[in-house]
Amino acid sequence: MRHDVFISGFGGQGVLLAGNLLGYAAMEEGKNVSFFPSYGVEKRGGAAMCTVVIADGEVGSPVVGNPSVSVILNQTSFDKYASRVKPGGVCIVNSSLVEMGDFSRSDIELIPIPMNEIAMQLGDLRMVNMVAVGAYAAKTGAVSLQSLEEALRETLPERNHRFIPANVRAIEAGAQRSGSPLSK
Amino acid sequence: MQQVFKKPVSLKDVQTHFCPGCHHGTFHRLVAEAMDEFGVQKRTIGVASVGCSVFLYGYFDIDVVEAPHGRAPAVATGVKRARPDAFVFTYQGDGDLAAIGTSEIIHAANRGEDMTVIFVNNTTYGMTGGQMAPTTLVGQRTSTSPYGRNQGKDGAPIRMAELLAQLEGVAFSARVAVNNPKNLMDAKRQIKKAFRYQAEGKGFSFIEALSSCPTNWGMDPIKANERVGTEMCAYFPLGVFKNAAEF
Amino acid sequence: MTKRLFMKGNEALAMAAIEAGCRYYFGYPITPQSDIPEYMSRELPKLGGEFIQAESEVASINMLLGASATGVRAMTSSSSPGISLKQEGISYMAGAELPGVIVNICRSGPGLGGIDASQADYFQAVKGGGHGGYHIIVLAPASVQEMYDLTMLAFDLADIYRMPAMILGDSVVGQMKEPVVPNKRPERNLPPKDWVVRGKGDGEQRVVKSLYLGDGELEAHNWKLHARYGELKAKEARWEEFMLDDAELVVTAFGSAARIAKSAVMAARDKGLKVGLLRPITLYPFPEKGFRAATDRCKKVLDIELNTGQMVEDVRLSIARDAEVFFYGRPPGAGSLPTPEELLEQITKHYV
Repeated sequence: MRHDVFISGFGGQGVLLAGNLLGYAAMEEGKNVSFFPSYGVEKRGGAAMCTVVIADGEVGSPVVGNPSVSVILNQTSFDKYASRVKPGGVCIVNSSLVEMGDFSRSDIELIPIPMNEIAMQLGDLRMVNMVAVGAYAAKTGAVSLQSLEEALRETLPERNHRFIPANVRAIEAGAQRSGSPLSK
Repeated sequence: MQQVFKKPVSLKDVQTHFCPGCHHGTFHRLVAEAMDEFGVQKRTIGVASVGCSVFLYGYFDIDVVEAPHGRAPAVATGVKRARPDAFVFTYQGDGDLAAIGTSEIIHAANRGEDMTVIFVNNTTYGMTGGQMAPTTLVGQRTSTSPYGRNQGKDGAPIRMAELLAQLEGVAFSARVAVNNPKNLMDAKRQIKKAFRYQAEGKGFSFIEALSSCPTNWGMDPIKANERVGTEMCAYFPLGVFKNAAEF
Repeated sequence: MTKRLFMKGNEALAMAAIEAGCRYYFGYPITPQSDIPEYMSRELPKLGGEFIQAESEVASINMLLGASATGVRAMTSSSSPGISLKQEGISYMAGAELPGVIVNICRSGPGLGGIDASQADYFQAVKGGGHGGYHIIVLAPASVQEMYDLTMLAFDLADIYRMPAMILGDSVVGQMKEPVVPNKRPERNLPPKDWVVRGKGDGEQRVVKSLYLGDGELEAHNWKLHARYGELKAKEARWEEFMLDDAELVVTAFGSAARIAKSAVMAARDKGLKVGLLRPITLYPFPEKGFRAATDRCKKVLDIELNTGQMVEDVRLSIARDAEVFFYGRPPGAGSLPTPEELLEQITKHYV
């Protein structure tokens, strides 16, 4: 199996952390993975984007033109990356911040999730990225929610481990809204 | 019979290639005497530069690394950091140190690298045929300043000993000459002080050695020697500009 | 299996250098390789090593020269414009037969150019970027694991052949994260460093230099270096072959471009096209034998690079006489990184 995904938003939404988390989780599952952060000019514009490729076999290119899934956290990213998803792919969109307007592609599945609202209800807007990662993992089965939880333990410094339960709740909330059974 | 004068053991018993009247040979001897006195010959690593000074290893019986033009202080930094127990010195001319290697000397000095720099200032590029150096005196004719150095166009000669003395990292900076016995005896004292700084791990030491260059100045050795004491000393005063440990 | 670490390429490289015994690092900040000096500045002091942020690239390569002359393992890293500045020192190191590892996390040019991934420094790296007609060992990692493994290899090869070794990467292999197995430094028989300056003690004087003025001395020195390059070619050329056996088109690319090309090759195979990949791992010595063998059987080669065509010249010199070489490349810059989809189109076009 090979999963590739774009995760994009603006700086501060935790896009790179989300990609990293997926990477760690995949590695913990014994898979191969590459995490490639977008680099340079886009960084200065306040945009953040990364490509994650997870595979049982060889990852191949860390660079992807048309991903099978795009996780989109803000409007600019939507305008730029929604059209790049390959036919038959999935677009998970933060509907709190994205106006989809007359965007219509019948060849991809759009999953709008009000990530800001969900994160706020769980107590912290900064968990938008966790909601997004949960939705992605549940929808694609690229990694299990349990691995994500373990990855949190690996990536967060000890002093921040008290935030893990809240983050796990955010991941689960995202998973529930993805329209897929949890891939626990 | 008591021997009262001998060749320093740190020097090889070879004939010099330097021109008649050149002061390089004298400075080599003074440096070798200091090396003998501190007993450091066997643990010395010299860094040769580009110019007449490049043949360091032909005269000194020590290990030597040859540096690209101007880069001796950076090479010496690498040597000293990797071998802090070694005694490290560079021997550089004025084109090498004060023109193409300005950046390297200033930053090695500023870091306070535990090394000694012998800087031979003869107001010209000797090896390449007497072109204008950063130390060429105003009005001095060279093969690239045929009308004399023009301060408005070429700037004034750089006084490196004073310049480096301003840096916090420099422990010792002095300018010496060997044009007469009195200056020679003082030069010997200052070079020993510079070595003492390194021997005692007290930081970066710098000697600016005023030298004649009869060949490129178009003078006989006696006239060239006189010029060191008159024109050169007038612009480049002899003295100690920094002596942090008051040796 | 040793636990895998999820690491950035640049950090894996720095970690490998330390595992290889490198305790001396000299550098100057430049994007996109600053993770390397940052890592070294953090880790080397803990190990009794030395990190110097030099005043310039010129100074840092010369510090490397000085440290290497004493026999220690030392490294510098930079990116293209900085590597240009280091060329003087690299030439002197090559002339003085000094080992040392130089990392180029290549960015795009010419001039200040940009910071995007580029392979436009290929010529500079493999043809001897400075004056005087010399070569250095050039290794091209295509994954974070190779950033780790090839860095350790670079130190060994540099010591064995007494010449500088370069890791030629870019921001793709430098900035991406992948799982890495932090392998132990391999056991290897290394020649004694009986040439290093150490303070002569009661021994013979030693001089590390590249100046040879005696009649015939310099010619002899150059022939000696030339012979060593020949030995390097015979023994150390490395390349990866992927699905070459029945290939009717050989795709070739190195480093990050090879990763993208590999996905394109896999996609071509999915479509039933008999396509394989030949990936040079050593750019100098160039894997001439690999190309010769591949093109004795398969007569079409598609060379892909992140530049307008550099390695393709070495490919043309290495192939069987009757093989045909096509080139696809893009000069680097923002938005110019080719995608596997784009390369698949090229493969399809040249396959027929």
